[in-house]
Amino acid sequence: MSQMFATRQRKLWREYPLWNWVGLFPFFIFIVFFLVLPSLRLFTGAFTDQEGGLTFDNLKVFQNPNVLKAYIMSLQVSAITAFVGGFFGFLVAYSITQGGAPRWMRNVISTFSGLAANFGGVPLAFSFIATIGQTGIITAMLKKACFNLENYGALAQFLASGGVNVSDITNVCPLNPYTYGFSLYSLSGLVLAYTYFQFPLMILTITPALEGLKKEWYEASTNLGATPAKYWRDVALPVLMPSILGASLLLFGNAFGAYATARALTGGSIPLVSIYIGQQIRGDVLGNPNEGYALAFGMVAIMTLTIVAYSLLQRRATRWMKS
Amino acid sequence: MDEIMSKKRTSFFAIFWGILALLYFFLPIYGTLDFSLRMERGILSFKAYKIIFADPRFWEGFRYSVTMAVITIIVSAAIFVPTIYWMYLKVPQARPIMEIITILPFVIPGIILVFGLIRTFSRPPFQLTTSTFKTDILMIAGYVIISMPYMFRAVDVGMRSIDVRTLTEAAQSLGSNWFHVLADVIIPNLRLAILGGSLICFATVMGELILADFLVRPALGPYMVRLGLTKAYEPAALAIISYSLTWFSLGLLQFFSSRSERQKQQVITT
Repeated sequence: MSQMFATRQRKLWREYPLWNWVGLFPFFIFIVFFLVLPSLRLFTGAFTDQEGGLTFDNLKVFQNPNVLKAYIMSLQVSAITAFVGGFFGFLVAYSITQGGAPRWMRNVISTFSGLAANFGGVPLAFSFIATIGQTGIITAMLKKACFNLENYGALAQFLASGGVNVSDITNVCPLNPYTYGFSLYSLSGLVLAYTYFQFPLMILTITPALEGLKKEWYEASTNLGATPAKYWRDVALPVLMPSILGASLLLFGNAFGAYATARALTGGSIPLVSIYIGQQIRGDVLGNPNEGYALAFGMVAIMTLTIVAYSLLQRRATRWMKS
Repeated sequence: MDEIMSKKRTSFFAIFWGILALLYFFLPIYGTLDFSLRMERGILSFKAYKIIFADPRFWEGFRYSVTMAVITIIVSAAIFVPTIYWMYLKVPQARPIMEIITILPFVIPGIILVFGLIRTFSRPPFQLTTSTFKTDILMIAGYVIISMPYMFRAVDVGMRSIDVRTLTEAAQSLGSNWFHVLADVIIPNLRLAILGGSLICFATVMGELILADFLVRPALGPYMVRLGLTKAYEPAALAIISYSLTWFSLGLLQFFSSRSERQKQQVITT
């Protein structure tokens, strides 16, 4: 396979001389200026001291408890939303490809997934504040669903006889999420908002793999006496696994780099790496600009690892789709 | 019998998760719409919208972002169409490296890119922050980079669907020079692809926050954040306005692409 690629490349090189690359120079110059140079600036900055000498001291920034906290928080948010969004997205994708959801539902969901996956940003934060923030529409509805135990005489008497202080449970609103420690402006709220663009991304990335599951495989395994559960465990899941893992990594990276939604939702009260870097740009909060570069370098390193692993998994996953 | 049973069960399962997905999609939008209309106690009104449309800073941000978006689209098309055309015709072996480069903005988070851009161009030798005009050049460059994955892919897909080599050779044998081949033959065939890339570019620039925020330019994104800090109902109205803009541009795309699909089919059937 790779040999075929190599011979094809060699043939291309013979047919199209090096001189032809000159035509791509305007593009490359643009890229060098506005993508390579800035990246190099961060990279070299991460490994030089204030005087410009080579050093690894800047990496000590990762011992700073605030930085460490920000990294842990970012990794946590990314992992949780990748898992929640991935799981939910997978079930929805399965429903609209194999599960037999009605056609109109399939169309609406797949069209809207393309929109919602790019939704992020400030408006999304506003939407969640208006919907499930302290004074949001849904919150107001849930808050109204209250009951007074005093109106349920028999139950109140029963509980009182059991030693429960009934006056404590008058005017209970069991559906109000804010009484259970939920807050839109905290981790749980961030997860809720991020899921809005995470699960559609899962739908978009996993749908081709689900469509690649052949009906014949299911028929063959049931003919051989497999139960649907056994089919899933021994056939479908092993085939889908690289795609599922790859898509989850993509979701992870997607959340890890996000900035605008968190900024608009929490105003920077949740310490994420991206928020921290934003503060570092505004005014040197670390007191050492080079440590700021190290901070950014760490983020790029994690993103790069994620994307490389994703593309490796993707290559494995397409093996089943080609034939 | 067993199969019929399982089919029924899966379809219930599918509808359940489908409905949950639809709720997740549309409840926040419904909530935003409802909230944005409730500025006046007890009645539904457009007061929040009126306040926004009467705010000169909104129009300043809107004008600025639209201008930036249009310039970004022009610059981006001017870079990518000739480059990708040349790649197809003369350097097909460059494809893998081009694909990697153009996907990089997905790997480098926006905040990092802006960090690097600001630190690189806020000091000599390439200082670009000394005047608002120069800063705007930096803004455009940043926007082109951020929207590069979409633009590249849109033009690339468009280019793949036409026979670049035959078209070029035909035009050249009829006496066209390079410029005319590109302007009169290739670009008209790529209209839809370029339009698609442009509309996504437009939506990206209109919603972008980080670049404008840190370079302190009066775009729509920073205006939104500032409004969100001090107001309750206006941000919801602004979110609805922003959604409408995005949907309008993507709906336009849908419209044009389905129309050209139909035209193609007509050509085939006649």
